[in-house]
Amino acid sequence: MNIDIVQHSPALILAVPLLFAFLTPIVARISEKGRDAIFFLGLFIMAFFVSVMAYEVYTVGGWSYVFGGGTVTPNGTGSSFFRILFVADGISAMASITLTISAIGAAIYSYKFMEHDTGLNKFNTLFLLMIAGVNGMVLTGDLFNLFVWFEVASVSSAALIAFKNYEGEAVEAALKYMILSVVAGLFFLLSIGFLYGQYGVLNFQLLAENITGTNLDKIALTILVVVLALKAGAVPLHFIIPDAYSMAPGSVTAVLVVASQAGLWVLFRVVFTLYGLAVNTFTLGWIVIVLGILSMFIGVTMALVQKTVKRLMAYHAISQTGYMLLGVGVGLAVLGQPEMDIYGRLAMEGGIFHIINHAMYKGLLFMTAGVIIYETGKRKLDELGGLGHSMKWTMVFFMIGALAIAGIPPFNGFASKLMIYKSVYSFNPLLSIIAMVVSILTLASFVKVFHSIFMGPKDESVSKTTEAPKPMLLGMAILAGVVILFSLFPGLVVSTIVEPAVEALGVIV
Amino acid sequence: MNWEAILMTIPYMTVVILFMIGLFTVLFKKNLIKIIMGIAIMQNAANLFLVSLAYRRGEYAPIFTSAESTEMVMPTAHALTLTSIVIGLATTALLLSFVIMIKKHYGSINTDDVRRCKE
Repeated sequence: MNIDIVQHSPALILAVPLLFAFLTPIVARISEKGRDAIFFLGLFIMAFFVSVMAYEVYTVGGWSYVFGGGTVTPNGTGSSFFRILFVADGISAMASITLTISAIGAAIYSYKFMEHDTGLNKFNTLFLLMIAGVNGMVLTGDLFNLFVWFEVASVSSAALIAFKNYEGEAVEAALKYMILSVVAGLFFLLSIGFLYGQYGVLNFQLLAENITGTNLDKIALTILVVVLALKAGAVPLHFIIPDAYSMAPGSVTAVLVVASQAGLWVLFRVVFTLYGLAVNTFTLGWIVIVLGILSMFIGVTMALVQKTVKRLMAYHAISQTGYMLLGVGVGLAVLGQPEMDIYGRLAMEGGIFHIINHAMYKGLLFMTAGVIIYETGKRKLDELGGLGHSMKWTMVFFMIGALAIAGIPPFNGFASKLMIYKSVYSFNPLLSIIAMVVSILTLASFVKVFHSIFMGPKDESVSKTTEAPKPMLLGMAILAGVVILFSLFPGLVVSTIVEPAVEALGVIV
Repeated sequence: MNWEAILMTIPYMTVVILFMIGLFTVLFKKNLIKIIMGIAIMQNAANLFLVSLAYRRGEYAPIFTSAESTEMVMPTAHALTLTSIVIGLATTALLLSFVIMIKKHYGSINTDDVRRCKE
């Protein structure tokens, strides 16, 4: 027996959650404790393979994994022509790490959070399926395979959003999410058809070599950008995000944030790796920048008027997505212009660093919102108050998350936002100023939320609340720990995991 | 008049018409079941598109037992279509089950009545 675990890790990252997803309901027939043990075992084995893959990517370099064996040949001869490819590179490693950290945090959190719900067998299955779907989206090197994982992620996310199906609103949100995802998926399939019909290949590498930028290519690109922006929750296709995020159980929302970001990772792969200089990157870059600026501004202004905790946070998630799009859009706009290369690269590093930061602090914030709803049973901001007396740890975690999202030094949100401000300023000062104003509005909004939830005298109606149970605190502590770690060593994080991701996009000539 | 070229585009025209009918239904109908029917029509249009792409005039279909030579068209698009049909089944089933739950909670499947999330 001589199986190379490192070589096969991209496939195992998917195989393990898929296997355990369907193992948990079987084990649950014997014992519920066993089911939970199997659930966590699956997650930790997956985390092990993710770290094996990431270590190899960061020390040796990326590779393509061909299902069924064989190697990748440049000109499309040989077995890789027909087979499904997985790509282990900076992008997939970073995306898998982000997903794994928030999945483990969310799983520990949901151990207690979901306790009072029935049908937990299905919850565990769907949770693992969603993780497999998102991992598949970022790992795959094949367009059609991407569509399949896109649908796996959509179906399991929608089912998880509707998990509390005793509330009509949850089902309504899930239905909206599902209809939009399916329609988006079908457009995606059409654009795959456009590309396949012209070039007869589906994998990214071969397509990128052949693509010439015909009109049909441009139509396909437009569809792909719109579909992936919808998945990521960018304005003007953001309207499913607030419903979905606010109605999903608190533990699921933390992972849903990462699932949405999978759309961004794939968008970057499509615009940089697949198309690159075959199309006018300046125009395309500006389209992405405008989407980013709109998301930022509309997200934060809508957040200011929200009355429920989770809806407010969901609008902030839209606003933060704008920063990522802005950073990467600037990188795209200056692609191929050597004199601007240094800014473009810094902007991209900022945008991509912001993705992992956002996944951590936003997950943390949604979890604290989940705790508040779990303990008090109330969602509305003006019904809450004085929780700081009884929920000290939750308050601390909320503060860490809120300061990070507002970009207050020394938190990690500041590190990535500063990179975006600096580089975008050299590109176009106005964009940088808008980004800063949005940051201030974010801070204003979170000061209001903090004040109305935690400050003030002990409220009569919420005086019986206690601190969150230990597993929930542990789940939040994991994400808060990562936020603090990234805040202390931003330089190290950028050079270790962000730079390989930027390089994997092929920006460096 | 090149009738053959016109005939060859009929499948693609059908795809466009079907897709537009489906999209129209999704966008402008109020009944949730009709919206899901629209999605199903769009799914079939996409499947038809993939199958039409695989057609090469005068070539053999990729069925080993009945082809007259081993030179057959690439079966990739057929494989994609099969996968996409299965995915379509799963998504339609999930959507319909959501509609059952909506009917239970709201007592209606008209989109005008199903808008409690924003409040």
